[in-house]
Amino acid sequence: MIIAVASGKGGTGKTTVSVNLARTVGRGIQLLDCDVEEPNAHLFLRGSESGSDIISIPIPEVDESLCDACGECGRFCRYHAIVSFGTSPLVFPEMCHSCGGCALVCPRGAIHETGRRIGVVETRESDGVTLVQGRLDIGVAMAPPLIRAVKARMKNNGTTVILDAPPGTSCPVIATLRGSDFVLLVTEPTPFGLHDLQLAVDMVRELAIPFGVVVNRMGVGDDRVHQFCRVQEIPILLELPDDRRIAEAYSRGELVVDALPEYSSHFATLLWNIKEFRNAGGNAP
Amino acid sequence: MKVAFTTSGKTLDAPMDPRFGRAAGYIIYDMDNETFETVDNQQVLNSAHGAGIQAAEAIVRLGANCVVTGNCGPNAHRALSSAGIQIYKTQAETVAEALEAFRAGALTPLNSANVEGHWS
Amino acid sequence: MTGSKVQELVIISGKGGTGKTSLTASFAVLADFPVLADCDVDAADLHLILAPTIRERHDFRSGNEAIIRPAECIMCGKCFDLCRFDAVMPGGEGEAYTIDPVACEGCGVCVRFCPAGAIDFPEALCGEWMISETRCGPMVHARLGVAAENSGKLVSTVRSEARRLAEENQHGLVIVDGPPGIGCPVIASLTGTSQALVVTEPTVSGEHDLERVLKLTRHFGIPTAICVNKWDLNPAMTERIESLALRSGASIAGRIRYDNAVTSAQMLGKAVVETEAPSAADIRLVWTSLGLQKEEKEKS
Repeated sequence: MIIAVASGKGGTGKTTVSVNLARTVGRGIQLLDCDVEEPNAHLFLRGSESGSDIISIPIPEVDESLCDACGECGRFCRYHAIVSFGTSPLVFPEMCHSCGGCALVCPRGAIHETGRRIGVVETRESDGVTLVQGRLDIGVAMAPPLIRAVKARMKNNGTTVILDAPPGTSCPVIATLRGSDFVLLVTEPTPFGLHDLQLAVDMVRELAIPFGVVVNRMGVGDDRVHQFCRVQEIPILLELPDDRRIAEAYSRGELVVDALPEYSSHFATLLWNIKEFRNAGGNAP
Repeated sequence: MKVAFTTSGKTLDAPMDPRFGRAAGYIIYDMDNETFETVDNQQVLNSAHGAGIQAAEAIVRLGANCVVTGNCGPNAHRALSSAGIQIYKTQAETVAEALEAFRAGALTPLNSANVEGHWS
Repeated sequence: MTGSKVQELVIISGKGGTGKTSLTASFAVLADFPVLADCDVDAADLHLILAPTIRERHDFRSGNEAIIRPAECIMCGKCFDLCRFDAVMPGGEGEAYTIDPVACEGCGVCVRFCPAGAIDFPEALCGEWMISETRCGPMVHARLGVAAENSGKLVSTVRSEARRLAEENQHGLVIVDGPPGIGCPVIASLTGTSQALVVTEPTVSGEHDLERVLKLTRHFGIPTAICVNKWDLNPAMTERIESLALRSGASIAGRIRYDNAVTSAQMLGKAVVETEAPSAADIRLVWTSLGLQKEEKEKS
């Protein structure tokens, strides 16, 4: 089962839930940190690095000896990544979406593709948890190609996979959530929390994946999130209190289930709740 | 020879626009006939993406040989240079002043981008 | 040359949830007639505090989407073979192929190479942006469509509209509530700006993410200040983070204490500095330390 942990609002506790759930499941689980702009899971699941690969995406390169400056490539490109001014075309790599179109439309076959580095994918083992994370190079704009590279390293061997998503509702989150069996939306009971949860719910319903909610920092606000979930018939699968000790453990890079073992049962119950909910049919259309 | 001036107006008294890619518009001055045409840059401004490159494409289509502006970002500079268009920098307040400075050969050529791009 | 005298402050965080939006709302109150720009377009929250009255709405159309006309699909699978984004889905037995609009990146390859010419390519409506009035000044904000692309482009639009408003109506300052992360929406918020403020928190995640976002602002040569929010949660980590910032060439704008009253203010729809919250004093010090709009204050 592939469980994605997402939220509309940042800082609600996605990584906290992901790493503690992974540690609770224990041996054999895979955790894929898809927040490639700011990967944090490795700060909590320390272990030995077992692999690191540079990830590149294809961008066009023009063979000037074959190019006759017809300009077809520039006319085709939707992203202004290749432009032709009557001389050999210019490539703007940071604009390129790697669609391959310019190479296909070139009447002279003068365009081939070369690699442009966008980041790395690193793997490490931490007490039986396999952690795969992507790290986007600074200044690279597009995260989804690197997120796809992280997900490509998922092993389909029947073990549970947890995907730690970035915050928000746009293309990096979509790239993470696509193909998941279940989505956990982490929120907090405040006005910002509720507003961004509503956006995230719309997004997950658009993707037609069953989902449930985790409410973190219970007590810090009011019951507006609970009311929303009740009206929308969205299951709340875990509640964590606004416990300053949890915040302090988090600030030190400690797993909650290690620093405060009384919370282990919370995460075990979460996993059980997810499985039960899915077995009962879930809530995807 | 045609010279493009970045401007927010439609006459030679109009103020110079300090930006190239996101200029409100251009005045293309034909030095041989002493006439000019005004061009709106609204389509590039609306696109909110690759403005520098698109503006460069527009300048090439209009047949300008030089550009006179205040600031030019890296993508626009690369695109204009590749098309053989010389870029000049000015701090003149109006198009007319910039035109005089250009005639007098008093403008500094811009050999590389002098501002960051906006990644848009 | 009529250069722009409009200052801009872009508030970012690297890590999400550190308090950017709360702080932006307070700065909006403390500033002298600013223009606000909410560039966190896929999870915009500033309006929950500033309660804008919308004056103008504009469609945000950007890029295109490919749509197969099912009656003309000959089910050859060419689009499926060529699509680099896994957006093409084969139909069932004898059924037309379809394109997943969420995955489609609008590149046009399938449109060009479909042997039956059966694919339309309309412009995509990705969301909308709005110009509104608030008690602090005009606000430009946006809503990105569900699962839409091009958030960076929408951010650019919000930012340039805010600047245009500021120039046209003689506001001296644009305050930008930025998105989390370091990718295209953040880059679109930052490039060409005169001042960035990174709001961070005293945690290992905050420290890790701050290091990356400071590399980004250095990459673009942007003067950057930081402030540690909820600093007393971990004073030792606060000091580590401030040292990191100084080593990176950033300045320290101040520290804001952990304060439950921040959430109470949010629930009341008020900026923290509009309440008696203890942390309001810390926020005022950060604002003063940024030293924006000093000239205007000296004039008046």
